Amino acid sequence: MKNKALAAPYLVWMALFTIVPLAIVAYYAFTDAATGEFTFANIANLGNYMPILIKSIWLALISSLICIVIGYPVAYFIANCKETTQRFLYMLVMLPMCISFLLRTLAWVALTEDTGIINNFITALGLQPLPLIRNNGAVVLGMVYNYLPYMIMPLYTVIMKIDRRLIEAAQDLGCNGVNVFKRVILPLSVPGIISGFTMVFVPAVSTFYISQKLGSSGTTLIGDVIESQFKTAYNPNLGAALSLILMVMIFICIGVMNRFGDEEEEVVTL
Amino acid sequence: MKNFNKVFTVIVLLFLYIPMIVLAVGSFNSGMDIAVFKSFTFDNYKELFRDSVLLPLLLNSVIVALLSSIFATILGTCAALGIHSMGPRLRRFTMGVTNIPLTNPEIVTGVSLALLFAFVGTMMKINNILGFATLLIAHITFNLPYVILSVMPKLKQMDPNLREAALDLGCTPWQAFYKVVIHEITPGIVSGALMAFTMSLDDFVISYFVYGPRFVTLPVEIYNYTKKPLQPKIYALFTLLFAAILIVMVLMNLLQERDAKRSRENRRAFRRGKKVGA
Repeated sequence: MKNKALAAPYLVWMALFTIVPLAIVAYYAFTDAATGEFTFANIANLGNYMPILIKSIWLALISSLICIVIGYPVAYFIANCKETTQRFLYMLVMLPMCISFLLRTLAWVALTEDTGIINNFITALGLQPLPLIRNNGAVVLGMVYNYLPYMIMPLYTVIMKIDRRLIEAAQDLGCNGVNVFKRVILPLSVPGIISGFTMVFVPAVSTFYISQKLGSSGTTLIGDVIESQFKTAYNPNLGAALSLILMVMIFICIGVMNRFGDEEEEVVTL
Repeated sequence: MKNFNKVFTVIVLLFLYIPMIVLAVGSFNSGMDIAVFKSFTFDNYKELFRDSVLLPLLLNSVIVALLSSIFATILGTCAALGIHSMGPRLRRFTMGVTNIPLTNPEIVTGVSLALLFAFVGTMMKINNILGFATLLIAHITFNLPYVILSVMPKLKQMDPNLREAALDLGCTPWQAFYKVVIHEITPGIVSGALMAFTMSLDDFVISYFVYGPRFVTLPVEIYNYTKKPLQPKIYALFTLLFAAILIVMVLMNLLQERDAKRSRENRRAFRRGKKVGA
């Protein structure tokens, strides 16, 4: 067929607004803010931000793992419902994502504040208020809450597609419930786990709003630093270097994850 | 095990909806503090409709979402048709490019576009390049992959013989395209467009880096607001938005169900026809 050319405008668009901008990020990362000359200073400067980067990765990793543990039983349950129930439950999981995540995070602030809804309730019972906000736990809570649907979606898609006959075959061949899960269902859901993991990890590691609202100065994440370089500190060259390192790190992670999963299997992105 | 999963799912769904409940209850609260419920009132809603700041901002968001999703749907559908007829190598390359904005963190996309616009701005000596146009370009860019990814599966599912049958039956190539191909992939186009629209309407991170003070969208303004205490009418606004989205989702669900039912019936009719033929 000859309509290959239909994709040309799209490719031009993507070249202009995806590839060129990334090249400019790299360009800024290797140039000096004042003189515009080539320099490694921005990259060398990254050493100072290593603890923050490691902390971001750590918190995002914990959140992704919690999302797997919470998301898997939910996805499994939804995938085993009747078809109409499935669609309804899937919609219920998706629906909260349609409301501004800024406001949903603010609602969590209202819930967990020192004089917030939960602590008001606790003090009304005559107990001491709990330190629920401005710590790592609160940031992880925010991440898990905001990105859990991204984990449930691909897990559900993969579990739903598992051939029921495989499970029956395993049972016929003498597997008990635990073994069916361990040897058949879990290995077959690996592609879903991988794409769910990346869909949670990537936004979690680069967030800046959640850590600003639910964290404290001790929970500054890499996203906060990048944001401040563009919005308050005005050092776009350092910001570009940080963005570049974040991007490279994520691409390596995804590359490793995809190698780790079955290469034949097409990883679900949506 | 099944019962455990059921209870667990209900708990997780409650967890997902807690903030929505907080916002909805807050929208009927007469006090300023969302954490303390003073008394029930509709004042926040009344105030919302008298407000001269929030509604224009919502309109801005809707304008950007509408224009960017329409443009992304057209460009993306064309792209999907093009990709569909590509060889495996070129296709892999194009899908790789499509995946870049999906895998890249939003903040990196936002920053990279901000730098591009700053770069173009200094090259062309435009002082305030950030504004409606930059916002629209950014939104189209992140919407495109969603459209492509929802149209592509429909193209793959389509029977290639259908188009040829139409040609054999006397359709011109344009008619065959319009009556068969477009008809077959319409569900994908619609869901891609809807997804693009909602993504764009709700986008904060990318918009935050490419918006200009002359054209602000609602999520950006909410972020700028939150340095001050939030006014309860914002909760009212989002409770209404949530209700609207709920209705759209239910409608979409019903449409899909009708679609699924119809294709089931088609398949049954096809099988019956085959039996008769045999």
